[in-house]
Amino acid sequence: MNRFDYIRPTTIPEAVAAASAPGAAYLAAGTNLVDLMKGGIARPSRLVDVGRLPGLSAIEHLPDGGVRIGALVRNADLAYDPGFARRFPAVAEALLSGASAQLRNAATVGGNLLQRTRCAYFHDVASACNKREPGAGCDARGGENRLHAVLGWSEGCIATHPSDFCVPLAAFNAIVEVAGATGHRDIPLEEFHLLPGETPERETLLAPGELILALRLPGTEAAFAAHARYLKVRERTSYAFAVVSAAAGLRLDGGRIAEARLALGGVALKPWRARAAEAALVGATPDEAAFRLAAEAALEAARPSGDNAFKIELARRILVRALTLAAAGTPARMPALPASPFAIGA
Amino acid sequence: MNLSITLTVNGRERMLALPDPRVTLLDLLRDRLDLTGTKKGCDRGHCGACTILVDGRRTNSCLALAISHDGADILTIEGVAHGDTLDPVQAAFIAHDGFQCGYCTPGQIMSAIGLIREGQAGTDPERVREGMSGNLCRCGAYAGITEAVLEAQRALDAAEQEQAA
Ligand SMILES: Cc1cc2nc3c(=O)[nH]c(=O)nc-3n(C[C@H](O)[C@H](O)[C@H](O)COP(=O)(O)OP(=O)(O)OC[C@H]3O[C@@H](n4cnc5c(N)ncnc54)[C@H](O)[C@@H]3O)c2cc1C
Ligand code: SF4
Ligand code: FES
Ligand code: FES
Repeated sequence: MNRFDYIRPTTIPEAVAAASAPGAAYLAAGTNLVDLMKGGIARPSRLVDVGRLPGLSAIEHLPDGGVRIGALVRNADLAYDPGFARRFPAVAEALLSGASAQLRNAATVGGNLLQRTRCAYFHDVASACNKREPGAGCDARGGENRLHAVLGWSEGCIATHPSDFCVPLAAFNAIVEVAGATGHRDIPLEEFHLLPGETPERETLLAPGELILALRLPGTEAAFAAHARYLKVRERTSYAFAVVSAAAGLRLDGGRIAEARLALGGVALKPWRARAAEAALVGATPDEAAFRLAAEAALEAARPSGDNAFKIELARRILVRALTLAAAGTPARMPALPASPFAIGA
Repeated sequence: MNLSITLTVNGRERMLALPDPRVTLLDLLRDRLDLTGTKKGCDRGHCGACTILVDGRRTNSCLALAISHDGADILTIEGVAHGDTLDPVQAAFIAHDGFQCGYCTPGQIMSAIGLIREGQAGTDPERVREGMSGNLCRCGAYAGITEAVLEAQRALDAAEQEQAA
């Protein structure tokens, strides 16, 4: 690990000022950043520890039925907040399917949004990686890439975004509240992460020094609570990143779908909102034929970036299954294996 | 920059001057406090061997910078037994052969204590397995570990009922 200065500011403006300097990085729980520093992938010269900033640790239930989640709320605390899980069960399910209990006890929601890709070449400093070193090339092309992106990738980078939490956040129109040197602004989560294009080193809309204050889930999205699921396929039953995952929400009215929410994880460098598929579901009866059509629409633009054509059909099937589960209704208690296909019926 | 911190470790308050902000809680415990019960498996958050309780919650100490934990209350495997009496979780690991080589065991026990405190698993083996999935065991003692956690949970439930009665 490189040497760094450690600063623990006590106010948000102080934090923003300290983190605006070149080479500075925010530290929350460090479950991603410290790991990257140990590997020499992140080499910040200054850590600005935001862990004790006041006012960023609350889960607030808003009068409109929405929820405002402080950036420092721990993943486990959010998932186990009863009021939150009742309004946004698919988000709780996604949180509980991520990492391990130990990591979820520490990891913050703000840090979860900004975790870096799990592309093995990004993590190996001996490999060429355009994201780590712009212009260096991409060893994932033609390398071990069965887990890489099938949507939204570019010639320069085919990595995926690893977060589970962000998938239902994208589906349910979450807003990211940030503070910068010139004030506060709101960014829709759907636009927060960038596709690689020509600049894979630019990962989000955040400007240097901008601090995530909170996430907001709008009250309108709680209308999906009775039919909302997250489904995650991984290479072992628990404690693994998604190969492909999906968040699905349905609002049913008189036996038909009035409105749908859909997003995919593990397929692109951002949580992938499937708006065309949502539109295809409106007015349909919630059955397999309709779900299959929606899944076709969601993956229409997909193409393999390497040895990963299987992920396209897998993603279709995950969508169909997530929609089937959502139509059947949100379980009263989270299954023993949250979001796992092996937990169904449990 | 002031690099000294205060930690309560297994009930004892310690003032510690850190040589460098890079020190993790794991290295601090092992190298400075000679509390080598907490193991270093991967040092990268993957295996759970370094699990300790920080302010009552199980956490991977290998990814936690000591400097950001000033004031924390820490429980390691060395602080679990009550004098010569083993904690029910320790006793259950022995009764059910919850280990072979023992390297992962301190982390497993700390994780099990954390899991029981979280109150999310109860006596459902599937929930216990899921709740313990952050602790890998290269010897594959998982069957015994699950039995041990279930028994410890039952023993603690029974003790609680007795107390209430
Ligand atoms: C072994 C392992 C398995 C995992 N498995 C999963 C999984 O299956 N699914 C999943 O979703 N995640 C998984 N994770 C990732 C984990 O969820 C993240 O590491 C965690 O959420 C990061 O939170 P943190 O508070 O530790 O962030 P940190 O590591 O402190 O920070 C991460 C990044 O966010 C920045 N940052 C933090 N807070 C703010 C803020 N408020 N404003 C601006 N920038 C900020 C930091 O500068 C840094 O760049 C896994 C992690 C590990 C180590
Ligand atoms: S896929 Fe992206 S992150 Fe992975 S090596 Fe290529 S450029 Fe780097
Ligand atoms: S040593 Fe900390 S998780 Fe492996
Ligand atoms: S007992 Fe040997 S690693 Fe678990």
